[in-house]
Amino acid sequence: MASAQLQSSTSDSETILHLTQRLESVEAQLEKKTASNELTLVVFSGELDKLMAAYNIANAAASCGMKVSMFFTFWGAAALKKKTLLSEKTWVERAFGILLPGGLGSRKLSRLDMLGIGRHLMGREMNQKNIPSLSNMVDTAAKLGVDLYICEMSMNLMGIRESELIDYPNKQFCGAAKFLSLANKSNTSLFM
Amino acid sequence: MSEQRTIDLRGLQCPGPLVKLNEEISTFAVGDEFVAIADDRAFELDVHAWCELTGNDLVSVDASSSDSIVASIRKT
Repeated sequence: MASAQLQSSTSDSETILHLTQRLESVEAQLEKKTASNELTLVVFSGELDKLMAAYNIANAAASCGMKVSMFFTFWGAAALKKKTLLSEKTWVERAFGILLPGGLGSRKLSRLDMLGIGRHLMGREMNQKNIPSLSNMVDTAAKLGVDLYICEMSMNLMGIRESELIDYPNKQFCGAAKFLSLANKSNTSLFM
Repeated sequence: MSEQRTIDLRGLQCPGPLVKLNEEISTFAVGDEFVAIADDRAFELDVHAWCELTGNDLVSVDASSSDSIVASIRKT
């Protein structure tokens, strides 16, 4: 009788242990799936105004304690160039290099650029009104720990080399799957 | 009660005040209360959002003056 009781209590505690373990694994899975306070931005555009909007939101979010990832693709990826190298490239890659010159300081406006007049006036206004320049915004993003992910396919397509890109501490190359996994974990994702 | 410090955010435009607030808050201890003054009109709603997202307590916001917004914040 006593041994039967002992056996049943052993099996009870085993069941409880088993259930606890299952509960813990479900909890861990749920935690993985729950979107956290993170922001993921897709930066597709390379124009000054759109990049400013992207960095403005990124810096605001990082200052609000959110983890921020920026995924640069196409014209956005090309905008991260600081210079153009022409050696060891195919002629099409060279053409891309010449037609898409880098430099955060020489981005065009998506509207009212007027062959650079609009850009120049905008820069002057920003300076007068104490609005940081794009390269200052990028420095702030770096200080705030905003992660930059750069689309490897865009880099390949336009023949952009790593050595042509701006210096940035948290800069990595990746594909669409990485963006999807970042977006999956974020409660906010935006396409610029 | 500890002496209240003031963070001057005047002259900064969005998201400047938030960036500076985020920078300065690390110099305070939990429970410290401080005042932030900004002249950016966006700050009135933005400081509410900032406190909500960072979990700090917004004690009060005074936007009655035409040229500045004064927020009192407690670090948590």
